[in-house]
Amino acid sequence: MSKITNVLLVGVGGQGTILASKILTHVAMAQGYEVKMSEIHGMAQRGGSVVTQVRMGENVYSPVIEPGEADFIVAFEQLEAYRWAHFLKKDGVLIVNTQKIVPLTVLIGAQTYPKTILSDLKERVERYIELDGLKLASEAGNAKATNVVLMGVLSKYMNFPEDTWKNALEARIPAKLLELNKIAFALGVAEAK
Amino acid sequence: MKKLMTGNEAIARGVYEYGVGVAAAYPGTPSTEILENIVKYPEVYCQWSPNEKVAMEVGIGAAIAGARSIVAMKMVGVNVAADPLFTVAYTGTRAGLVLVSADDPGMHSSQNEQDNRLYAAFAKIPLLEPSNSQEAKDMVGLAMEISEAFDTPVMIRITTRIAHSQSFVELNDPQERIIKTYERNQSKYVMLPANGRARRLVVEERMHKLADYTETVAVNYMEMDDPTVGIITSGISYQYVKEALPKASVLKLGLTNPLPSGLIKEFAAKVDKLYVVEELEPYMENEVRRLGINVVGKELFPPYGELSVRMVGEKISGQPGITVAPAFDSPVRPPVMCPGCPHRGVFYTLKQLKLIVSGDIGCYTLGAMAPLQAMDTTICMGASISAGLGMIKAHPEMAENMVAVIGDSTFLHSGITGLMDVVYNGGNLMTIILDNSITAMTGHQHNPSTGQSLMGQPAPQVDFVALCKALGIKRVTEVDPFDLTRVKEVIKSEVAAPEPSVIIAKRPCALIIKNTEKPLQVQDCSGCKMCLKLGCPALSFDEENKTAQVDQALCTGCGVCINICKFNALRKAGDGNV
Ligand SMILES: Cc1ncc(C[n+]2csc(CCOP(=O)(O)OP(=O)(O)O)c2C)c(N)n1
Ligand code: SF4
Ligand code: SF4
Repeated sequence: MSKITNVLLVGVGGQGTILASKILTHVAMAQGYEVKMSEIHGMAQRGGSVVTQVRMGENVYSPVIEPGEADFIVAFEQLEAYRWAHFLKKDGVLIVNTQKIVPLTVLIGAQTYPKTILSDLKERVERYIELDGLKLASEAGNAKATNVVLMGVLSKYMNFPEDTWKNALEARIPAKLLELNKIAFALGVAEAK
Repeated sequence: MKKLMTGNEAIARGVYEYGVGVAAAYPGTPSTEILENIVKYPEVYCQWSPNEKVAMEVGIGAAIAGARSIVAMKMVGVNVAADPLFTVAYTGTRAGLVLVSADDPGMHSSQNEQDNRLYAAFAKIPLLEPSNSQEAKDMVGLAMEISEAFDTPVMIRITTRIAHSQSFVELNDPQERIIKTYERNQSKYVMLPANGRARRLVVEERMHKLADYTETVAVNYMEMDDPTVGIITSGISYQYVKEALPKASVLKLGLTNPLPSGLIKEFAAKVDKLYVVEELEPYMENEVRRLGINVVGKELFPPYGELSVRMVGEKISGQPGITVAPAFDSPVRPPVMCPGCPHRGVFYTLKQLKLIVSGDIGCYTLGAMAPLQAMDTTICMGASISAGLGMIKAHPEMAENMVAVIGDSTFLHSGITGLMDVVYNGGNLMTIILDNSITAMTGHQHNPSTGQSLMGQPAPQVDFVALCKALGIKRVTEVDPFDLTRVKEVIKSEVAAPEPSVIIAKRPCALIIKNTEKPLQVQDCSGCKMCLKLGCPALSFDEENKTAQVDQALCTGCGVCINICKFNALRKAGDGNV
């Protein structure tokens, strides 16, 4: 079986995982890969967990990634990284945006937000990167570009030529937001080093 | 050109390429994006109907009149549309008629898990099951061909993983969109018993012809490899099989009603051990058994939930695999009503007044979740009012603290007849119509009360007050759901009234308006935590400083929480000292 690369993007409704996955699939397609992507977004808008699965390779059948099979997990939020960590392969890369979005169950006091998420993850995962993507995006000019910062980080760990990422940004992002997002992407790249 | 498309986008593309003239639907996950993509091809007339039965009938009429027509719905919608479906199977139509049923194994966003392939068998119509986006597009063309060649409606059955997964689709130029002339034909289209009996025989003849056709149709084919394991499969399960067992021999079925018994026998004879891999019901498996063929199916795979590559691999190889359990215990993150949602205050009040709530389906069903938990029943769309009537007929005294709640789209879908029944049969029931001026739950579609059509034309708006009055409700009151004092007052007086009543809580959904209010500020909080009982995601409690907090990025300034705070600690920016 040809090698397939599995990328899981996890976050909370409204965090921009969809644009991130569009950039990623654009890059994969430019490499001539077959791509499949699956998104369960029944109630995404109501602040629930969202997950986007992207699979790429020479011959991809299933659109779904299974536990223990992800080569990369990009978590847009801490607790979602925690929730999905078991999907990571042994030598997989986990990228965590340290932003916290507290679920309603915690706000009303029915559950608590785990305090040791980052240290637990660091201990469990060998190839682990955490960053304050929100801060970097704000530096670039707009907090909403957090998704692109995270794609910048991811780009350093995936073996795709730099300019295919650049082309993907140009193809997927409206012209007036492009400069800002290119800066956001570069800040992500720098963070990965 | 090759493009990455979801199954739903691909079906819309098929509608464009294969000359479809009319498309109708009622929204429902995972089918909604089919029409939302068809509207991008202005050549095709498309519309939201008030419910699936109406959509089906619009499609039937258009196809009888001569236009290729398509109707799309989530699987429970087919229950609503089943009546016209079963009879149009007798009449057939002049131009192609295709029903897309979007099933939801695993119940990602549905109230049940029914396998609608059984509907195709029950209604005696051909059934196509695509297994990726390319097939989804191609099968729109094939379905139209079959529909016209055999004079029958055709069902395309997709599942959530087909509808919402993207894969490559080759784009082609559209065919000419030909609308045939209308031809009157009473014996074919007027289903009086005498005509129906004649058409009943046509249905049987047609199924015989289709039984031959399905043996040779290109979408039913064998992929022979290792003869020790043979797998019959269809839809998304085919992808799982190919990935889990790349060496196995496969009989891939695209046209699954009627099933090709000859092909199945031929395949069975070529392999040592035969399996059927399919999600939900043993639909194909039962047919294989009926042919007297030994097969393994549901003794390995559950009749519920989704399959997966791993499950298929493990069950068929017989090797217990690795189970990967969640690494950490994580608090759940269920969907919640948005900050500024017009539904929230109403449910807070219903809880406060300890009413029995006959519920319905929409964003407001989230009122059933903690901390509001103000809902006793939710069965199906439209059931709130009629089930509420049933409850008070069983226990007349319950009318004193009983309420039915229903959204605007749901009321128009199937609540009106329930309300008529309340009046007709003298049910002393209070109904609240939660009018947020949109079909929100499924992603904000227009409906007959919102003033706009799917194709963007201005449309007349249903007048709920006049409608309720016309049904015979004398007590109709409109309230602003942000004004909790008034909401409570009205609910108290109407539930006590000795006759049926309707309250219309009118405020647009927070996500469809341009908000101009500023987020609230907190000053001199007593730390009582009362406001947390609202379940607004913008409100939290700072345990260290013993004070409520308002998330400035989330709060819409709707002011509902101001109604609840007894200490005037939550304030609009500019009020008081803040
Ligand atoms: C028969 C059927 N069709 C469609 C659906 C999908 N669905 C669930 S809720 C809903 C609409 C809710 O709209 P509305 O009543 O206006 O409430 P809102 O979400 O706006 O609060 C739809 C279409 C369903 N569950 N059942
Ligand atoms: S989408 Fe609209 S109706 Fe639904 S929860 Fe949000 S504000 Fe309320
Ligand atoms: S005003 Fe109160 S209830 Fe409304 S969004 Fe802000 S915090 Fe939530």
